[in-house]
Amino acid sequence: MNFDFSEDQKLLQHTAKEFLTEHSPLSVCRSVLESDEPYSQSLWKGAAQLGWLGTAIPESYGGAGFGHLELAVIAEEVGRALAPIPFSSSVYCASEAIARLGTDEQKQRELVRLASGDAIGTVALTEKPGQNGPRAVEARFEGGRITGTKLPVPDGTAADLAVVPAQGAAGVSLYLVSLAGDGVTRESIRSLDPARPMARVTFDGAPAELLGPDGGGIDAIESILDRAAVLMAFEQLGGATRAFEMTREFTMQRYAFGRPVASFQAIKHRLADLWCEIELARSNCYWGAWALSNEAPELGEAACLARIQASRAFDLTGVEMVQLYGGVGYTWEYDCHLFYRRAKASAVVLGSPASWREKLITRLEAKNAA
Amino acid sequence: MDFNDTPEEAAFRSEVRAWLEANAERKEPNDVAGVDLGERVDAETLAAAKAWQKKKADAGWACITWPKEFGGRGATAIQSVIFGQEESKFRTPPNIFGIGHGMCAPTVMAHGTPEQQQRWIPKLLTGEEIWCQLFSEPSAGSDLAGLRTSAVKDGDEWVVNGQKIWTTGAQFSDWGILVVRTDPNAAKHAGLSYFVVDMHSPGIEVKPIIQINGGTGFNEVFFDNVRIPDANRLSEVGNGWAVAITTLMNERASIGSGGGGRAGISDLLHLARETEIDGRPAIEDPAVRQKLADFYVRSRALQHTGTRTVSALSQGKTPGPEASLGKLVGGVLIQDIAAYAIELQGTAGALDDNEYTPDEGAWQERYLGIPGLRIAGGTDEVLRNIIAERVLGLPPEARADKGIAFKDIPTGPPS
Repeated sequence: MNFDFSEDQKLLQHTAKEFLTEHSPLSVCRSVLESDEPYSQSLWKGAAQLGWLGTAIPESYGGAGFGHLELAVIAEEVGRALAPIPFSSSVYCASEAIARLGTDEQKQRELVRLASGDAIGTVALTEKPGQNGPRAVEARFEGGRITGTKLPVPDGTAADLAVVPAQGAAGVSLYLVSLAGDGVTRESIRSLDPARPMARVTFDGAPAELLGPDGGGIDAIESILDRAAVLMAFEQLGGATRAFEMTREFTMQRYAFGRPVASFQAIKHRLADLWCEIELARSNCYWGAWALSNEAPELGEAACLARIQASRAFDLTGVEMVQLYGGVGYTWEYDCHLFYRRAKASAVVLGSPASWREKLITRLEAKNAA
Repeated sequence: MDFNDTPEEAAFRSEVRAWLEANAERKEPNDVAGVDLGERVDAETLAAAKAWQKKKADAGWACITWPKEFGGRGATAIQSVIFGQEESKFRTPPNIFGIGHGMCAPTVMAHGTPEQQQRWIPKLLTGEEIWCQLFSEPSAGSDLAGLRTSAVKDGDEWVVNGQKIWTTGAQFSDWGILVVRTDPNAAKHAGLSYFVVDMHSPGIEVKPIIQINGGTGFNEVFFDNVRIPDANRLSEVGNGWAVAITTLMNERASIGSGGGGRAGISDLLHLARETEIDGRPAIEDPAVRQKLADFYVRSRALQHTGTRTVSALSQGKTPGPEASLGKLVGGVLIQDIAAYAIELQGTAGALDDNEYTPDEGAWQERYLGIPGLRIAGGTDEVLRNIIAERVLGLPPEARADKGIAFKDIPTGPPS
């Protein structure tokens, strides 16, 4: 048995890591964070050229024809680098949604350009603050057009197209909308993690096209979220691992009272506990990757396990990193806050941990009743 | 990402299963999450355990990872895991040979003379003789090297005085591995030696320890001028600590292969359906659901971590100190789940009987049993140090007793 990635997949991961080490040091994340650029265009092009965007897209739609295991290891490296590109929105959310739900025509039209990086996609799942679930949709679809407001939309200003839930005649459904088209107003909103920008998108009679089954929006949203959750969990895992390594190194180098800060038992024990949380996340992520790549019936449960533990591990690591760096951890100049911000934003962008815990129990109850 | 056996593993599994089907009775499947630390074994169970071990030995299925020269099959770690997985599906007596097979035998194999190995290993394999571990003392648990039981040479015998504690199975053991101080003037680690003691020797007294849950699996063992032949010494005088390390490494390996049960999460989910909050099943309460989810996520993460360890074994890798994670996280989780379960029971959580206590008091039993696991076989605190030092490479602890003669090391507050 092998509950690990294959040698080929590990090689792919190694290549991705090398590329990002060279082209996406933390200074690149910082430069996007500190500027108005929504993402690093050169990095996005580089990722596209390497075929990353189409990793799990079939070759017939312009993809590389690999699978979700390959995408997972790339995601871990993207997360490790805090790469400031709309990878999660375009690849884990929009591409996955269209690949799963689209007609052949829609896939030809959209997946090809998403895979090449010529177009950036995103999803616009929520409309207001709070934990309201996929049924809380006030946007309306009528006569081929969408009207309503979505907030926040990750990568909303950079994206060319969005997958948007709206109330149609048959109930909540998903629609494909061109964000560069008529009736779309986009407003960039300052975000907690400016390296991952957010927007408010208002649709006022914007042309839209049904994606997936009419009235099947709720299930479709859940499916998109599950798939994105597993892949995002690998990003969170990568980010947590990187933050942990940096913290470990810092505490080994930093001396106080005549010895490394890392030699004090309180610090040793905190790092040991943190290491455990990250290892537990890795284990749940691996099961998520298995479930996703096998389209297993366990995917609903596996997505919850991966997301909840990866969020916990990355979140905790972000907090501990600032604390264990001491005073400098609290400066703009040091990189701790890049992880602190990314960890918290990742923990909520696909729905809060509390909502995923509730989802998990609901799914376990359904499994138990079956 | 493939959970299936390799063809070789599958073939081995079939072979194991076939033998077990022909020689034992299958169990009914259930979720066993109990912690059975130190329950006292009665004579009938002892006899049944020995009989089963003999049966396995006669058929070549005992101690399969031991080298063939010692009666094993030279099986790999993954084959041992497979055997354990299959055996656990059958009704077999409790394994009382864990210490003898898992710790004592490997130590004798590594450090014993051929004569010693011939004398002891065959009867360990067949279960004819049972062994215990005489390491910890009242003044030396986590700081094992601080032990004080002494051995003084007299002719070609050593005279041992002192006391050991937490000795599982001492009451029915034939032999024990024993670490003693042979030179109190040397530094702490340097003055220790290692012996095998006949537990029927005059001067040995075994007294049961009563645990907080009423169990009596552990003992104190008193040595009053016990004489041990020098022929029973393993390795050189003064090299006892190195031999003890061999024993302890094997102890870690056998404890760390966990990820077994699910810490009681299935039972907890069931309880949450059966108990009420304001007239509705507790599982409908949002706060309860959040808590259940957290426990479930953690319990599954532990299980998956165990699977990764087995996977590493299957790939021929040797899991290292990472195994500490299973015990460290698992012990706390079992305790937290038991604590939460008791609270779900409301005022009835303060009961502990079979009739009125939900789940026949199983949670109360688990709550009283689990603190031992967080202390035995490496306390939580020691495991954190092990992870910090051996996995993360952080600096070792500052020591206050280095380079001092053992007899000069402080052992309590100044008077």
